Amino acid sequence: MMKKIFSITAIVLFFSIQTAFAEPLGLPPVPIPADNPQSKAKIALGEKLFNDPRFSSTGDVSCATCHDAAKGFADGPLKTSEGIKGLTGTRNAPTVLNAAYMKSQFWDGREPDLEGQSKGPFINPVEMGLENHEPILTLVRADRTYWKMFRKVFGLKKKEALTMDHVAKAIASFERTIISGDSPFDHYYFTNDKAAMTPAAVRGFNVFLEQGRCVSCHTVSQTHALFTDSRFHNLNVNFNSISGGVKALARRQQQDKADGVDLDVSILTDKAVAELGRFVVTGQWRDIGAFKTPTLRNVDLTAPYMHDGSIKTLEDVVDFYNNGGVVKAGDPVNSFQSGGIRPLGLSDTQKADLVAFLKMLTSPLN
Amino acid sequence: MSIINRRTLLKTGGTFVAGACLPLTNIRLAFADQSQDFTFAYISDSHIQHIKGTKFVRNWDQGLKRAVAEANLMSPKPDFVMYGGDLAQLGTREELDHGFEIMSALKHKTHYVMGEHDYYADLGEYWSSQVGKQYYSFDHKGVHIIVLNSILTDDHWTHERWANGTERMGVMAGLDDPRGSPFMVGAAQRKWLANDLKDISKDTPIIVFSHSPLQKLFKNWNFWTDDAELVQAILQPFDSVTVFYGHVHQIQYNQIGNITFHSVMATAWPWPYPESYAQAENHMPHLTVPINRADPFFERDATGWQYVDINSGKATVKFSLTENEPRTVSYDAKRGHPVDTKYVSRSKPPQNHY
Repeated sequence: MMKKIFSITAIVLFFSIQTAFAEPLGLPPVPIPADNPQSKAKIALGEKLFNDPRFSSTGDVSCATCHDAAKGFADGPLKTSEGIKGLTGTRNAPTVLNAAYMKSQFWDGREPDLEGQSKGPFINPVEMGLENHEPILTLVRADRTYWKMFRKVFGLKKKEALTMDHVAKAIASFERTIISGDSPFDHYYFTNDKAAMTPAAVRGFNVFLEQGRCVSCHTVSQTHALFTDSRFHNLNVNFNSISGGVKALARRQQQDKADGVDLDVSILTDKAVAELGRFVVTGQWRDIGAFKTPTLRNVDLTAPYMHDGSIKTLEDVVDFYNNGGVVKAGDPVNSFQSGGIRPLGLSDTQKADLVAFLKMLTSPLN
Repeated sequence: MSIINRRTLLKTGGTFVAGACLPLTNIRLAFADQSQDFTFAYISDSHIQHIKGTKFVRNWDQGLKRAVAEANLMSPKPDFVMYGGDLAQLGTREELDHGFEIMSALKHKTHYVMGEHDYYADLGEYWSSQVGKQYYSFDHKGVHIIVLNSILTDDHWTHERWANGTERMGVMAGLDDPRGSPFMVGAAQRKWLANDLKDISKDTPIIVFSHSPLQKLFKNWNFWTDDAELVQAILQPFDSVTVFYGHVHQIQYNQIGNITFHSVMATAWPWPYPESYAQAENHMPHLTVPINRADPFFERDATGWQYVDINSGKATVKFSLTENEPRTVSYDAKRGHPVDTKYVSRSKPPQNHY
């Protein structure tokens, strides 16, 4: 009975604009910042902004261009998304699904929250290409519908009082509604419905917890499962492309940063700098080549994989881990690779089971 | 923590750590003679472990490789690298060779300290053939530097009790094996030490490297040197002495008279703080604030390496930890003992006995 109530609630809420504080099965409450409470009107405003392509220099790229609801709020099969004029960056578009739970945003965690994150792409030369945020403000102040919505949501009196922070808060509020749980795995694990997953997936979950060591970073707790530790790890994905010159590269990047070069710009336009991962943010050796653990929810929908989109299928991802962080077994790994990554010795059946399990993490679409 | 604070923290996280890549600066004592200032890197306790054939324990390999790779990023370059002992786990030629090979990627001059895991298989024979002397001294920028082999023990235990070196090594390799024996520097080395120091003026800063702590902390795990007080007595007349030791796989610091003690981290695995495990009373220095200890959920937690800035003979130890925030333990001239710049106990004074 309990299970039924849970799943019905979850299905109704999933992807729907929600202001209620119940979450889909398998998820904790969405953290809401004290200075940006949710409201129906704010969420609707955020959704409108998210889908509006007019906030790009060419007028044809919106947030939704690269975070497409039909593609799990990611951008497969593109390795790296296309911004204005078909320009591409260096990183695979991460899904917005459950980004609300992340303790930091972007692959390198360079923004602490969705509010901060949402401001970046507008003014990135390879994404939406604006010089600065002014054209956005000009547009929303002049547009009667937008001005009405902003005025109501934030209690603004004068148009000049409308700032980029208001835009960011509205978008973040909308993104906090894009959450997904209630997958077959959630029913299997949290409501003890043993028939919710196939036998192969059940075996795969065991591989996930034990020999596969996946759960070390893609965490599952007693009451919910975010499948991410919100930490940063060097997996050796494409690090060897820079491992010959890390010192000079790290030094140049830290110098550029000290000289005021915008991190967003250098990360998305300089392939080598992008491979430094979290290091560009913290300057700490332990973060060299380290990227944030992504969630695994809906992972079947969000190919290709890894921070650079370099691995096409889940089968190939499993092989990559099974080989100890290399595409081809026996290839060398870099010295900064996280100690937890090592050859796993999984059999073909175990690998197939693991993939079967990963496919059980897909939430129902409506 | 408010969102604003967290953002400020995240955004500014880069500025202070930029020091890791950019020139290092420290507060110098007023009478500082900068010609005596230098930086060295310190890597220790890698416990390279042979499985069979060409297979070695990957986790320990990666710990050492990572420390070497990070030390190679230091800018400006350190004057030298000290390896603090226990390069091998069971002292075999295979393990030592494999460890030396990883160490050979270092772009800096390297000195070595003998650890018990390097020693007890063949009483240091192979290690010495590759490294050289087991105890020695040299001068660097006005500082007199001494390396001791502190993991010796009595002749009877060493020569009479075991069928062979492998058995002897196996016993000493067990951290809490009751058949083990307390470490000591020994009479011959103490005599050499006294002689080595006889013409050194008392105001020359002294730095001593040993594998075991030259103080008595916890005998059950050989966090201990049996003749520590005799060694300290030889060092105590000097105005400024700093002792660095490995072996304990955790951050410790202490002050006894003129002698400042610092431990260094292991690249292999962390040991828990003994006081949290021991049933009996022990002698852990109360100065150490029990915080930031090993997290059993992260196997690489509380491992890492460190670099040390020497200013006017006093040390600032900067720990680079694989899974943790960096930490700094620095000599505080006002208090007259080292303090962790972040985790400081206000109430507990340092241990003042050995």
